[in-house]
Order: sequence, then structure tokens, then C-alpha cells
Amino acid sequence: MALPWSAAGYPATSEVTMTNDTVTRPAPTRLRRVVIRFAGDSGDGMQLTGDRFTAETAGVGNDLSTLPNFPAEIRAPQGTLPGVSSFQLHFADHDVLTPGDAPDVLVAMNPAALKANLADLPRGATLIVDTDEFSARNLAKVGYAASPLTDGSLDSWHLHPVPLTSITVEALAGFETLSRKDKERAKNMFAFGLLSWMYSRPMETTKAFLQSKFGAKPDILAANIAAMEAGWSYGETTESFATAYEVAPAPMPSGTYRNITGNTALAYGLVAGAHRAGLRLVLGSYPITPASDILHTLSGLKRFGVMTLQAEDEIAGIGIALGASFGGALGVTSTSGPGLALKAETIGLAVSLELPLVIIDVQRGGPSTGLPTKTEQADLLQAMFGRNGEAPVPIVAPRSPADCFDAAIEAVRIATAYRTPVVVLSDGYLANGSEPWNLPDIAALPDLTVEFATERNGVDESGRPAFHPYARDPKTLARPWAVPGTAGLEHRIGGIEKADITGNISYDPDNHQRMTDLRQAKVDGIASTIAPLAVDDPSGDADVLVIGWGSTYGPIAAAAREVRAGGGRVATAHLRHLAPFPANTGDIVRGYRRVLVPEMNGGHLALLLRARFLIDAQSYARVRGLPFTTGELVDAILATTESA
Amino acid sequence: MSLTTQPRSRRETGVDPSPLGMPLPHGLASVPRLDPDGPAPTRKDYASDQEVRWCPGCGDYIILNTVQAFLPALGLRKENIVFVSGIGCSSRFPYYLDTFGMHSIHGRAPAIATGLATARPDLSVWVVTGDGDALSIGGNHLIHALRRNVNLTILLFNNRIYGLTKGQYSPTSEQGKITKSSPVGSVDTPFNPVSLALGAEATFVARSLDNDRAHLGEILKAAAAHRGTALVEIYQNCPIFNDGAFDAIKDRDQQAARLVHLVHGEPVRIGAEPSRQVLVRVADGALRFVAEAEAAGAGEVVVHDAHADDPSQQFALSRLDGAGMTQVPMGIFRQVERPTYDDGVRAQIDAAVTTAGGPADDADLHALLAGKDTWTVE
Ligand code: SF4
Repeated sequence: MALPWSAAGYPATSEVTMTNDTVTRPAPTRLRRVVIRFAGDSGDGMQLTGDRFTAETAGVGNDLSTLPNFPAEIRAPQGTLPGVSSFQLHFADHDVLTPGDAPDVLVAMNPAALKANLADLPRGATLIVDTDEFSARNLAKVGYAASPLTDGSLDSWHLHPVPLTSITVEALAGFETLSRKDKERAKNMFAFGLLSWMYSRPMETTKAFLQSKFGAKPDILAANIAAMEAGWSYGETTESFATAYEVAPAPMPSGTYRNITGNTALAYGLVAGAHRAGLRLVLGSYPITPASDILHTLSGLKRFGVMTLQAEDEIAGIGIALGASFGGALGVTSTSGPGLALKAETIGLAVSLELPLVIIDVQRGGPSTGLPTKTEQADLLQAMFGRNGEAPVPIVAPRSPADCFDAAIEAVRIATAYRTPVVVLSDGYLANGSEPWNLPDIAALPDLTVEFATERNGVDESGRPAFHPYARDPKTLARPWAVPGTAGLEHRIGGIEKADITGNISYDPDNHQRMTDLRQAKVDGIASTIAPLAVDDPSGDADVLVIGWGSTYGPIAAAAREVRAGGGRVATAHLRHLAPFPANTGDIVRGYRRVLVPEMNGGHLALLLRARFLIDAQSYARVRGLPFTTGELVDAILATTESA
Repeated sequence: MSLTTQPRSRRETGVDPSPLGMPLPHGLASVPRLDPDGPAPTRKDYASDQEVRWCPGCGDYIILNTVQAFLPALGLRKENIVFVSGIGCSSRFPYYLDTFGMHSIHGRAPAIATGLATARPDLSVWVVTGDGDALSIGGNHLIHALRRNVNLTILLFNNRIYGLTKGQYSPTSEQGKITKSSPVGSVDTPFNPVSLALGAEATFVARSLDNDRAHLGEILKAAAAHRGTALVEIYQNCPIFNDGAFDAIKDRDQQAARLVHLVHGEPVRIGAEPSRQVLVRVADGALRFVAEAEAAGAGEVVVHDAHADDPSQQFALSRLDGAGMTQVPMGIFRQVERPTYDDGVRAQIDAAVTTAGGPADDADLHALLAGKDTWTVE
């Protein structure tokens, strides 16, 4: 048998029949789409397995979307329901919008993983379980009185009972230096090999990945590779896995692709934005789930001049960023909802100082500590209104993991051009989910060149040249960015109300009104530089508009596609900018008989649309810590259509 | 286009490595200096056009005057000096200086200054704060700035009261103090800012008095020259809400008997001839002032060592003064060299950029975005 990675790079998938000594195999069956979920204990390496399977799948040219789902505890007690970690991957020969409602295949590494995930598995779907883990003790831990493997309760599923652990250990019998525990640890690679065979994924890049990960430990490296090969062979030679499947590449625009998570894309977008602005990127950040990967990624980019300062708290994180911005750098802070609450006062200061600042909020379930590892969109109103006084702040929201890159650049554009703090609202799903990304041409990214003030721009009362820190650009209403070190531009700024033009302290009532209006007008004016809200309405005569923002883009688009496939008519629109709204937003939402607003919160956007445009927007609001399923949105759309 | 490693406006100018004649590493080593042949700036050059609005008689006036008079001596370009403050009476300070300045929010100035000083080695960054600002709402930022040893100078005006909010007890108010918010006396135990700073790994800690301009000027000079975080506690009188808090040590008759002028390398003394006393470590390890003539028999004479790495004795000196202000140490408690945070952050970046052969360009950025696993769609 040829090893999968030493064969011609890609397992035979054509009409040729694969053979080996014992079994004659039919050609892989073609499928259009597959959803696989790997589930196991937090210590079973399910995230790694999922990541690797994703990388191989991306390499085959399928479109894909992923949904990691893991507990907040680093290692909850072994074998318990709270300790279950899973990774879902949806891949197809066409464009994929969501990680998939329900798995076609569930790999359950123990009884807890089975119990936690079985409800999501449609009857008839494939179920692969590690029978070695179904001991009386493990069954008892999750409340199974009898083994579901033998009591008939799994009869409606296509069950593959595989003694994964013991076969892995057996396959590694020759590795005398490794303990049994070490060998058992490789069982995720066995499962990976088996699934790779089932879905005709090559394993080269994973071999290379293992080499870079375990290069210093040749025993472990060899064992992992051997376990992987054993999994592949097991699929190929075992009667019960009669068929392999294949999913053809999806037609995608030409280009060079990679797979990317939202947090990585955000970090790279910030670097690219700073690069295009000619500014040093300074991140002030305090570790918080699910935003910490942005800090991790940026802290590794010193070669790009990126400074990361891990602060003593959330407030210091944004203070450091603001101090750096005052000094002429691009100040950025990254956090999640609880941190955004702590940063509120400093964001207000940045509004008053009118300095560029980017605030990344990777939203998670709330209130308070809430659901740290789960997704939610319930910080929209906090981002918009969560400060004392009238403190308008532009808000940008990415709609998919790869889109985080473009959203970050857009935030840098607004922050630097308008001298304002900008909030980017990502979320836990975007942060850890991934999808293929068509790499951009750097030179084609927007030119964000910043001009610092170098000259005095006015005269004082006695007619001498003077610097006026709050004299504005007539077009953008941005004030000059005059950085320390520039002779003649010495000036003082602060959180006390500024006199228009001169920036001196002012308690004058009319001046306060004027400055408040100017700050709002400046943010409102951004609308003239953003694309109008686009509507997708193929039939051209839909009664219902579904409008969303942020990470609900995929499920909404998938649901609309399904409704249309069934003959229904529905229009969709998706907001990248929440503040200000695109200029045509009112016209669009007023143009439909019904407006449905699906959100992973209590109805924030619906509230804003109602208030701003006096329309009877209907909210479909859920906070389950998980992205919407296509199915539930189809139901919501159909219900709205029927009532229209 | 390449990634700039400095904001474009920064000018690389020749730097005198040793302003003020201090040994390296110097706190101002990377800050551009004035042309020595050009006109010398005066105190007037450092006064802004804003009307000063503290209450008549406030100690802040004297400190402002001292600082305005002192800044020209630094020999820096004034555009490279930045004062960052928090909230409180003292935090209005930046408005009155014709340098760059930011009047920020309550307690956060050390964090903001950390970002600024790290991003900009060419600036002389000063923080002006008060006892409420630095030790209450901003306590966390203060201790972390001190332990990191960021290259900034923090002037902590300690008037032992909340002035701007009209007279509540502060974290340095004495226990039992009657104020608007403690009508039957404060039950809080106060902080000793010098002890706190020493405990927070500070590398430079000093104390001075608002009306002793010569002493304050000397301390400011040493603080500016220090590379790392310098904390200067300045006892400041608030004539409105806590008048006379420091009268005991300002009164010319009593001053000599109560002030302990710390001088590195000198025995620690209090009082004037003929009743001068010297500090000795007695048999049980305690510190006690005894008449100079009796010192030899009483124990080991304590010689102040501000450069000692072990802060134990410096800490012991900070504890000499009880509530009664009977033996108040003034001067530099601690002055040691330790690598600074901002130098460390910049060194890591410089090393990475140098190793990579220079600032990143479009191709480097493209390689970063591509990562290791890519595929091509025709
Ligand atoms: S309240 Fe006290 S500290 Fe504040 S300005 Fe008046 S005198 Fe000075």
C-alpha cells in the first residue's frame, strides 16, 4: 500500500478502483457537501485534529467554514460533559456560508462527547466512537445506565464502533521508548487518518506540520505519523468502512488562498492597515477570552515593528494605546465585552482628544463573565452608547473570519482619517472560526497615508502665528494630528471641554453645544465615504428584507438561498458599518413590507432601526452562545413571509 | 513603501549623551538637545498663555514656578517635553506649561505615559499626579509603572486631601481626620507613598517639599537624569481644605529638629548643632536617633546608601516618620540602575528588524499573510 503522502500527492479518486491485497474498493463516491464534527475530551486534541483536517480540506480546494466549540475551563474533569470540546467543519464543492447546521459525521472520542453531541446528529448520520472509552466508569460519569453502543439506542444512526485507543496503542507497539499514555495520546491522529481516508484528503501538510511541531522529539513525531497511517489503513482495509467519499473542489475566484481564523485575520489587518498608513502599530492589551489570540499574534510580529504592551489591566491597555496615538503611532487595544466596559471612560477621553484609536471587541456571551468561550453580539449598544456624555464612536463589524482583515483596515482608515476612536465588533464565532481567504495584493490595499501637522495653522489674539489644535479639516472635520517633537506646535489637550479652534478649556454653554454637534457631525460624515448598503433581492419583488450585521452574514445568506431554492422571495442586506449607517439605510429598510432582523442578542439592531427610521422591524433574537443555524433562520424567514 | 519604525515627524538629531553632566545611562539620553550655541531658553519660554487657576496660596503655584524655572536647565527642545496628568487640582499642571501636554482621566496618567514613552524614546515624559489620583483610583497603574521601570518622571503632589472634589479624606490622610466624608474621623490607614514605591520595585524614589525650591530643583534634576521611572513625592499645602498639613516641617524654628536630609554616603542625621543626632542601628536591629557624641556606644551608625540594590534600609528610612511628623526624611531614598521597560520593548523590535535585514516591505507583509499553507485557484 502506498502511503498517502508518498503517493502522487493525492489519493486516487477517479474512476480507477483502488486495490490492495485483501479488499477491492469501489471508487470514492462523490458528495457535494459534508459536515464533520470531532468531539472529545478537552485533552483529546480535538481542536488540533479539526485544524489539521481543515488545512487538508482547504488544500483540496473545497470551500469551507469551521466552528470550534470548547469549554471555558482549560481542563474540566476528564470524561465529564463540561469537559467536552468539539470542532465542526463544513466543506463543499460550492461556496460555503456556515459551519453547517448538523453534522453528517460525528466522531465521539468518549461517552461524554457522544452524549453532548448526539442531539445535533440527524438520524441516519454516521457515528464513529472510540469503544475503548465506553467503560462502566466513563458511562457512569455522564449518567448512562447501560452502554448506548449495545442497548440499541443508537440503532437509528450508522454506527462505527472502533476501538480507537487500543488499535493506536497496538499500531505503536514498536515504539518501546514511549509509555502507554504517550501512545494513547496519538489516538486523535489515528482518527484523523481514518477520516482522511474516508473523505479522500491527502495528509502531506499534516506530516509537515507534525515535523515542525515534534521535530525535537523524533519518537513522538514518528508515533504520530504511524498512528495517522494506521488510521488511513484501517479505513482502507476494514469491511465496515466500505466506501470512501470525495468532494470536488469548489469554483472559487482565481488567486492564492490560505485558511484563516478571524482573530488572525484581524491581527493581520491591523498590521496591513498600519503599514499602509506608514504608522507604527502599538497594541495595549490585557489577556481576555476570546480576544487573546490577537495579542499573541501581534506579539510575534516585532519584525514588522509592532509593539505589544501587555498591560496591568484593561484600562491601562487602552491608556497605553491612547498614549501611543498621542505620540503619532496607531494605538490599538483588543478585548472582549467585560473589557470594553472597563475601557469606556478612556474611549470617551479619546472622543474628546480626537485622536486615532482602534478598539477591538471580540464579543462573547454576557452579562458579566457570561460565556467566555461562546459567541454573542450583545455589545452593540454598549459600543454605541456605553459612555458618559454624548460620545459618538464609529463602529465596524466583520461578517466572516476572512472579512476580519478588511474590517480591521477599514477601522484603521476611519480612525486615522477622522482622528477618532473606532470600535470593531467581532465575536467568538468569527474569532475562532475559519474559512479560505483569497490573499490580497498589498499594493492594492487602500492608501492610508497620514499627514501629521507640521506648521502653525492660525494666529493668536495679537496676530502672531499660533497652533490651533481644534481647527478642523473642512471636509472630514478632523483636527490636526500634531505629535510631540514638532517645534512650534506645543499644545495641551484633555478631557475637559475644549474651545472650538483653540482647544483651550472652555465652560461656555454655546461652545459646548457647538463642540458636541461637531463631534457628532464628524462621525456622521463618515457615511459619505462608505459604500451604500447593498441589497440582494434576485426576484426583485420580495416583501421581506432580512437585515443583519456581523457574523450572522453566513447563516442569513444560507437561509435566504434555501428559501429562494424553495420558490420563496426574500431580500437580504448586511451592515458592515453600524455607526454611522450607510446613507441609504433608511430608504432601503422603508422599502419593504416586513423587515426581519436576526441577531445573537436581545434585539439591538432592531431597536436602532426602529428608533432611527420609524419602521416596524421584527427581531429574531437568540443568545445560545452558538451561531444561528440555517434551518432556524429559514423558519423565521418563512414565518415572516407568510405574515407579510 | 516600508513600515516606518518611527513616526515621520521624529527628527534624528545629535544627542549629547550626558546632559546635566550625569553618568550614563541617562534619562534624557535619547531626547534631542538644544543647540548649545543657540539662544538659551528662559523660564518664560515654558509658561503657557493660560491663566493659572489654583486657589490663592496653593502650594501648586510654587511647584509650578520651580518647574518652569528648572525646565530650561534640561537643555532640551521644549517640543520634546510632554507632561501627562490625571484628574485633581495638581493635574491642571500641563495647561500652564508651554510644552506638549495631556490632561487625561482620573488615575490613568501613568498608563498613558507608558504608551507614549515606549513609542517615543525621543521624548522627556513627565507625569503630574496627586495623592488621590496616583494612590487611590490610579494605584494599580502607579505600581506597575514603577515595577516596569518605564523612562518617565512622576511628580506626586501629596496634600493629603481631595481638593478638587472639595475636601474628602484621601489615601494619605491621617487616621481620625475629620473631613466632609469622615465627620467623626477617617478610619482608613494611610499609605506612605515612599514605602509603597519602594515595595513596588521602584528604582528612583525621592521626597521634597513645595516651598523648598532649591531642594525641589535638585531633586527634579536627579529625577530627570534617572533612566527609568522616577517617583518624586512633593508635600504640598492645600490652604483651602487641609491648611497647615506640613506646617510642622515648614516652620523655620521646628524644621531643623524634624527634617532628616538624606545624603547618599553620609550618616543619617537630624537636628542642628549643638543638639544634632545621628541614626544608629541598636542591638535589636531597630533604628534610633542618638546624640552624635553617644553614637559610638549606642550601635552601628546608619550611612544612607541610595544606590544599594537591596531596598531594606531605604525602606526602614521611609518608616522613620510616624503620624506626628517628628522625623521626616527628605531627599533621595533610592537611586539604582535597572534596565528600563521601554528600552527593552524597543530593543526586541530593533533586534527582530535587524535580523530580518531591515524594515518590512510589501513582500514581507505578503509572506506574513500567506503563511505556510497556501493553494492556488486558477
Ligand atoms: S483646593 Fe487646595 S489643592 Fe486644590 S487648588 Fe485649592 S488650594 Fe490648591
